[in-house]
Amino acid sequence: MPPAITAEGLSKQYRIGQFQPAYGTLRDSIMNNVRRLRSGHLHDPPREIWALRDVSFEAREGEVIGIIGPNGAGKSTLLKILTKITWPTAGRAEIRGRVGSLLEVGTGFHPELTGRENIYLNGAILGMKRSEITRKLDQIIEFSGVEKFMDTPVKRYSSGMFVRLAFSVAAHFEPDIMVVDEVLAVGDADFQRRSLGRMESLGESGRTVLFVSHNLHAVLQLCDRAMLLQDGQITREGSTHDVVAYYEEQTVGSGSRVVWDDLADAPGNDLVRLRSVRVVDEDGAPRGTIDVRHPIGIEIAFRVLREGRPVVPKIKVLDQHGAICFNALDVSPRWNEPTPPGDYTTTAWVPSNLLNEGRHSVDVDIVTLASPKLIPHASVYKIVAFHVFDPAEGDSARGLYGGEFRGVVRPLLEWTYEEE
Amino acid sequence: MTGTQLEPRQRPAAPADEAAERPAAPGYVSVIEPPSRWPRLDLHELWRFRELLGVFVWRDLKVRYKQTFIGGAWALLQPILTTAVYTVIFGKFANFPADHLPYPLFAFASVLAWQYFSSATLVASGSLVANVGLITKVYFPRILVPFAAVLTPLVDFALGLFVLVGVMAWYDLWPGPTAFLAPLFILLAFATALGTSLILSALNVRYRDVPFVIPVLMQTLTFLSGVQYSLEGISPTWRWLLSLNPMTAVVSGWRWGVLDGPAPVMGQLALSVGVGVLLLAVGVAFFKRAEPRFADTI
Repeated sequence: MPPAITAEGLSKQYRIGQFQPAYGTLRDSIMNNVRRLRSGHLHDPPREIWALRDVSFEAREGEVIGIIGPNGAGKSTLLKILTKITWPTAGRAEIRGRVGSLLEVGTGFHPELTGRENIYLNGAILGMKRSEITRKLDQIIEFSGVEKFMDTPVKRYSSGMFVRLAFSVAAHFEPDIMVVDEVLAVGDADFQRRSLGRMESLGESGRTVLFVSHNLHAVLQLCDRAMLLQDGQITREGSTHDVVAYYEEQTVGSGSRVVWDDLADAPGNDLVRLRSVRVVDEDGAPRGTIDVRHPIGIEIAFRVLREGRPVVPKIKVLDQHGAICFNALDVSPRWNEPTPPGDYTTTAWVPSNLLNEGRHSVDVDIVTLASPKLIPHASVYKIVAFHVFDPAEGDSARGLYGGEFRGVVRPLLEWTYEEE
Repeated sequence: MTGTQLEPRQRPAAPADEAAERPAAPGYVSVIEPPSRWPRLDLHELWRFRELLGVFVWRDLKVRYKQTFIGGAWALLQPILTTAVYTVIFGKFANFPADHLPYPLFAFASVLAWQYFSSATLVASGSLVANVGLITKVYFPRILVPFAAVLTPLVDFALGLFVLVGVMAWYDLWPGPTAFLAPLFILLAFATALGTSLILSALNVRYRDVPFVIPVLMQTLTFLSGVQYSLEGISPTWRWLLSLNPMTAVVSGWRWGVLDGPAPVMGQLALSVGVGVLLLAVGVAFFKRAEPRFADTI
């Protein structure tokens, strides 16, 4: 079966002028030309920006693809091209099937019209046939939860009612390809939750979904594949975990590994200096994202420069809100005695099913003990980070539940039960 | 993580055979490409979107007189009031020629045709900008917007016809078989209004000067279209010149149809029709050419 979306070399160029107040007056435009003539720069090249450059990808039918990237990277431009709102400057795309988008929630609603009238209006604008709307009318009304106000002009609605009705129409539109721009989606948490839920059910019903989001957690959980857009180009594409890890490494600054090549610049003092810190999986391979069901290793390499008090490696793990998950000292007997100069590598193993999902960062230090105090020698803060994800396959603490699951930790408990 | 919460879900995902039961990839493949230099009007696509055209007209009609005191009566009052003013000023004081018809009847028929054109052009020229929320959020052939805006005032026009029949009854003057030709002149008015507003609405996306130009344009055109006076008293040279304005043919042709006014001169009529058709063709081409930039510049 041919792919649902094939994009080849899509590019979009904006002239800077187009970003300026769109409604230049005729006079402005004439005066600009006069000015150009006078200054002799007849062909003053307008400043140009490539919002999108040579973007190629394929989406198979039923695939859920996440598109991530910083603001202004071209994510929304890409969606606008794929939904035909704007045209590409170059390139080509083929799309098989009806395209719908959740960025259209409430689009075209007219305040003077009643709820029922707006369902028809909005449905037609989204691309539904009148017969299709009539068939789904009862469902739409019921789902919206504003049955009582169907014959009231929507300008009398509260904003919550308005959004519920609008979302209900959009949710009953069944395109073959769904485009969700969560970045633009307005609305409260409940609304966003419903958009995500809707997206997920579309994906499961075999529809192709393109999902733009800043919520990396949601992308990790929902998408089969991800693309990273930066400066209008796809800089990474592949499994969601890879792409998210790569992106986090770039944006937050701290990646999953740090190496100090020049010992003189490395954190530390005349006693001990760090050489590298890495996040690794069970096999010792560096990882930026780790399945909650697997242990996480924090590998610390350091050099002891002179013999002194016993040095002890220490880590502190923080969650994405900055809350301390735990502190841990290396308790190997090795560090009970003075440490001779030399290179050492030690790895702290964070057990599987301990940390909750999300991004975690690690503070590392090499300390000496001077009871009741710890004396830091090579403190580095949030030096590495990793993302814990849970595919919710039933063998972690969340079971088959895919929703929000709070807590600093996520232990997999042993449950005992009795049937009475 | 933010406050977002996912719906509980079932894993594993639907088995493969279930997916296979869904209807195979649906009918059409759409191709996205850079705009061509001379884009064509995709009539096939317009046909697919015909329901949306209807919905736009329906919406505009519904919304039109919302929160007015006398509502739809405005559709009738506007030509009646204008006719009253014309009758006093041009009929009584200035004593304009009126094809030997009672001036109020003459004026009302003319005003009806003219007001269709002027309100269609006025609304349609601003229509793209008025629908900015749609243009930047969802795809449909943009031409539907001015198209619908030119269709909508036909309803007001149709309502006005009842008043026209009433005025005819008052004077007991009834049209002959030429009445069957009269709708063709409204078709010409439609084409002219559409052509004009395709150009003006596309210009308005970029230059918001358009709303300031239109009143002046309309005022000038009223006087050049023979709404208040009959063309009978005008020298042939000037009549040829006036025929460059399709609305001249519309107004006098419409009067010929419904009031048995003087028949149009064939050559002059052909000139007007030619200009009207050209205007429409240029309008469509201009609009299609500007269309790719609407969402970026509006």
